[in-house]
Amino acid sequence: METSSISAKDVNFYYGDFQALRNVSLEMERNTVTALIGPSGCGKSTFLRLLNRMNDLIPGARLEGKVTVDGEDIYGKNVQVVELRKKVGMVFQKPNPFPKSIFENVAYGLRVNGVRDRETIRSRVEESLRGAALWEEVKDKLKRSAFELSGGQQQRLCIARALAVQPSILLMDEPASALDPVSTSKVEDLIYELKKNYTIVIVTHNMQQAARVSDRTAFFYLGKLVEYDRTEKIFTHPSEEATQNYVTGRFG
Amino acid sequence: MASADKTARRKRRSEKAVFWLLRLMSLAVVGVLFWILGFIVVKGIEVIDWQFLTGMPKEGMTEGGIFPAIVGTLCLVAGSVVIAFPIGVMSGIYISEYAPDNWLVKFIRVMTNNLSGVPSIVFGLFGMALFVNTLGFGDSIIAGSCTLALLVLPVVIRTTEEALRAIDHSYRVGSLALGATKLQTIRKVLLPMAFPNIVTGLILSVGRISGETAPILFTAVAYFLPKLPTSIFDQVMALPYHLYVIATSGTDLEAARPMAYGTALVLILIVLFINLLAGGLRRYFGNKVKTN
Repeated sequence: METSSISAKDVNFYYGDFQALRNVSLEMERNTVTALIGPSGCGKSTFLRLLNRMNDLIPGARLEGKVTVDGEDIYGKNVQVVELRKKVGMVFQKPNPFPKSIFENVAYGLRVNGVRDRETIRSRVEESLRGAALWEEVKDKLKRSAFELSGGQQQRLCIARALAVQPSILLMDEPASALDPVSTSKVEDLIYELKKNYTIVIVTHNMQQAARVSDRTAFFYLGKLVEYDRTEKIFTHPSEEATQNYVTGRFG
Repeated sequence: MASADKTARRKRRSEKAVFWLLRLMSLAVVGVLFWILGFIVVKGIEVIDWQFLTGMPKEGMTEGGIFPAIVGTLCLVAGSVVIAFPIGVMSGIYISEYAPDNWLVKFIRVMTNNLSGVPSIVFGLFGMALFVNTLGFGDSIIAGSCTLALLVLPVVIRTTEEALRAIDHSYRVGSLALGATKLQTIRKVLLPMAFPNIVTGLILSVGRISGETAPILFTAVAYFLPKLPTSIFDQVMALPYHLYVIATSGTDLEAARPMAYGTALVLILIVLFINLLAGGLRRYFGNKVKTN
C-alpha cells in the first residue's frame, strides 16, 4: 500500500479572532510516526485536525499557508474533502463506534464510499479487523452490537473502521487517553505495527507514550511549533529550554 | 451530643412529613385518573358489543353503532401522520443539522414553539379558511387531516430536532472522517439513532389529536353520516365530535347517554392502544438500532 508524506508551510490557523496556530512549518515522511505534544490549548489538536480538514466543521475557522499531502495542496480549489478524508483516516480520543453491529461498523466506510460487492466488503472487514488486532476477539460475534465490546476493544474497532477505507495516513487524537493500561499498551503495540503500512500522526499528553511509539516528536506551545526533531533527541537533548521543561514535567 | 441528637430527629421528622406529602399528592393524581377511567369503563362497557363497534348509528343516534365514527377518526389520524411526518422530520433535520445558527433559525424555532401553544380551535378556523374554502377541499378527510397535521407539526419538528441534537457530536465526526457526506451521515447514522425518539413523539401526539374536536369541527366532520367514506374528499364522522353531538345536541339526550359513554370508552381505548404502541415501537427500534 502506498503511504504518504505530509508537509505544512507557514500555517496560520484562526478560530474567529483567536489565532490557534502561528507560522507552523512541518514535514512528515512516509511510514513514520510523528507525535504531537504540548500543553492543552497549544494547537496540536488543531494541527492534527487540519490534516483531514475536520476543522472545516467549525464555523469561523480559517487557514493561511499551505498544507500538502504527497505534494498536493489539500486546501486547493479542486479538492474533494470526502476523497481527502478517505486518504487521511482518523481515530478519536473517545472510542466512538456507531450503534451498529461490529461488522457494520467496519463496513460503514466501505458502504458510504460506494463499495457494494458483498465478498469485497466481507474480506475487507476481516482484513481490517486483523489489521487492528481485534479479529481473534470478535470473529464469532460480528453481528453483535459494537457497544458490547470493552472500551479498549471499541477503540481498536474504530481503528479497524478507519483502516477499512484504505487510507495512507492515520491521524490519532489521544487514542489511548480514555483506556486502561492494558488496553493502552495494546493500542501502542498496534501503532507500532501499523507504521509499516501507514504514515501516522498522533497527539498525546502521555510523554512515555510519545517516547515509545514515535520516530519524530513535535512540541507545540502557545500555537507555535517550538521544536521538531527525532523523538530520541527531543526526550534526551532538546535544543529548547521550553521543550526540556515540558518533557521533564516541569510545566504543562 | 443531645442537641445533635435533637437536630437529627427533627431532620428525620421533616423528611418523613415531606415524603408523606409527596406520596399523598401522587395518590391524589392517580386516584382522580382512575376515578374518571373507572366511571367511563363501568358506564360504557354495558353498550359495547360487536354490533356497537361495527354498526351504523340508528334512531337519531340513540341506537345502533359508531362504526363510521371509528373509521373516520382512523382516517383523519392516518392522513395527518402521512402529511405531518415527512414534513416535520425534514424540517427538524434542517433546523438541527443544516441551518446556520442565525436570527432566522432562532425565529423559526420560537415560532414553532408558539405554534404548539395556539388553541386548537384557531387551527380549526385556519383550516376552514385555507383548506376548505381557499383550496376548495370542502369539508373532507383531506381538509381535516391537513388541519390536524398543522397541529402536530410543531411537536414532530421539535422532537426530531431534539432527538438529533441529543446525539453526541462524536458520531457525526466519526462518520465524516470516514469519507461519508453529510447526507450519508444523517441517513445512516443520525436518523437510525434518533428514530425511536422521533416515532415516540409522533405517536404520542397522534394519541392527542385523535381526541381533538375543534380542528375538525369546521373542516371534516359530519353531524350524522351513516355510511363509510369512499374518497379523501368525503366528509366523515369522528369519535370526539360524535361524542360531543350525542352528549349535547341529539334528538333525545337521555336515550343517547349510554351511547355517549360507549363512544368515550372506545376513544379512550384507541388512545391507550396508540400510547402502548409508542412504547412497543420505541423498544423495538431501540433494540434494532444497536445491532443493525
